[in-house]
Amino acid sequence: MSDSSLVNITPALVEIRHMKFSRGSRVIFDDICLNIPKGKVTAIMGPSGIGKTTLLKLIGGQLTPDSGEVLFSGQNVHQLKRQQLFELRKRMSMLFQSGALFTDMNVFDNVAFALREHSGLPESIIRKVVMMKLQAVGLRGAALMNPNELSGGMQRRAALARAIALEPEMILYDEPFAGQDPISMGMLVKLIGELSSTLNLTSVVVSHDVDAVLSIADYVYVIAEKKVIASGTPDELQASKNPQIEQFINGRPDGPVPFHFPAEDYQQEMLSGRN
Amino acid sequence: MGVINQITNLGRTALDVVAGLGRAGLMLWGAIINVPNFVKGLPLLIKQMYVLGVRSMVIIVVSGLFIGMVLALQGYTVLADFGTVESLGPMVALSLLRELGPVVTALLFAGRAGSALTAEIGLMKSTEQLSSLEMMAIDPLRQVIAPRFWAGVISVPLLTMMFCLVGILGGHLVGVEWKGIDSGSFWSILQSSIEWRQDIVNCLIKSTIFGIVVTWIALYRGYEVTPNPEGISKATTSTVVQASLAVLALDFLLTAIMFGQ
Repeated sequence: MSDSSLVNITPALVEIRHMKFSRGSRVIFDDICLNIPKGKVTAIMGPSGIGKTTLLKLIGGQLTPDSGEVLFSGQNVHQLKRQQLFELRKRMSMLFQSGALFTDMNVFDNVAFALREHSGLPESIIRKVVMMKLQAVGLRGAALMNPNELSGGMQRRAALARAIALEPEMILYDEPFAGQDPISMGMLVKLIGELSSTLNLTSVVVSHDVDAVLSIADYVYVIAEKKVIASGTPDELQASKNPQIEQFINGRPDGPVPFHFPAEDYQQEMLSGRN
Repeated sequence: MGVINQITNLGRTALDVVAGLGRAGLMLWGAIINVPNFVKGLPLLIKQMYVLGVRSMVIIVVSGLFIGMVLALQGYTVLADFGTVESLGPMVALSLLRELGPVVTALLFAGRAGSALTAEIGLMKSTEQLSSLEMMAIDPLRQVIAPRFWAGVISVPLLTMMFCLVGILGGHLVGVEWKGIDSGSFWSILQSSIEWRQDIVNCLIKSTIFGIVVTWIALYRGYEVTPNPEGISKATTSTVVQASLAVLALDFLLTAIMFGQ
């Protein structure tokens, strides 16, 4: 299979090379390689608990790999000095699963926060920028509300407005669809798609929501068992004959990933007469 | 094997304690050296002084009043036996300034503000607000930890002064208004028996040190929390326990240094 035209044609914004990462004695990633093409939506899928969020934190430089490297437009993220890393982070932004809005400020101040810290723009211009960003996510009317007055979907959208405030080159989405009702899910799918095409953003979407991901992604990596087990365009993955991929894409309860957590033989357990 | 395991555990615990102290030190260092931005830092500091200091005033004033009154009442019965009820003023004032003021204020502060600090920071960590600051290229130590630390260090001595003042007034209430000691002798003996350096400055030194320790423990416990509800509740408890024990132990040490000779 052509694995795949897109990644080879488009220059990569982020390259992960032979990265290993473990927490304590538990290996999370073993020799992972992947490229994130510039200006496209790249999805990273996989079962829960395999460290997809960890992968985003490794890209953002919040965690350091045991070996291997992560390059962001050619710079090794983990060899930068603190100041350089902070400069680099102004070019990327992350949408956290919980939204991570600052609970002690209203929506407007949340979106304005990074602008006030980094842009040095006068307050009148910051106000205009913030209102533009809030308009883009449909929350201009909620500017003066506190984060805890918003619904889950609105929080996620407000966080998205905050994430695009500094006009980053790349946004890392951590489970953007988790726990959303169909309407707000539809809104988020539309927003992520629109943002990446109109602003030419590079988007990395980490999710296990197969339908939503396949509808917006240009390219998909599937991670399981510490490795990238498959990659390709959504069409290629849907056509895949690999039983692991098939199970995941079609959501079958049993298959290469077993329904039962490893245990001793059921019959034996029942007959053993232990209390 | 049992003995070896015990020794291993002892060693591991010791290493954990040392590593924890190291991390706590690094956190504080990171927060303190990052303070120079006064334009952005001052509003944050003022806000935290309000949250930590002003909001603790009610409990401090009420406790101070009652402790002063109780001290005076107990003191009066004993002093009356010896016929020296005029010494009630200095007795109340010195007990408050030298020991009870700094210690009780620090204990109350640990319970009222320290636990709240830990829970707040812990919640900020578990809702990824600290991570999101980092991803916005803003140092959470500068933005979150530093203003709270300085607010605590400034608030505790001020609260202690307030506690002592109200306590003395409480003593006056019981001794003079109720038990009928002469007001003039109460105040004049009190005034002449308190020394600026020995009593007031030592009180301020003690309370500043307690302020540093309590706030530091509270912030560290919050910053290092295991990010889930159970972790936050554990961290809050250990803030109160550790801060209280640290205050009491340090108080003995400081008293021995200041008044031991």
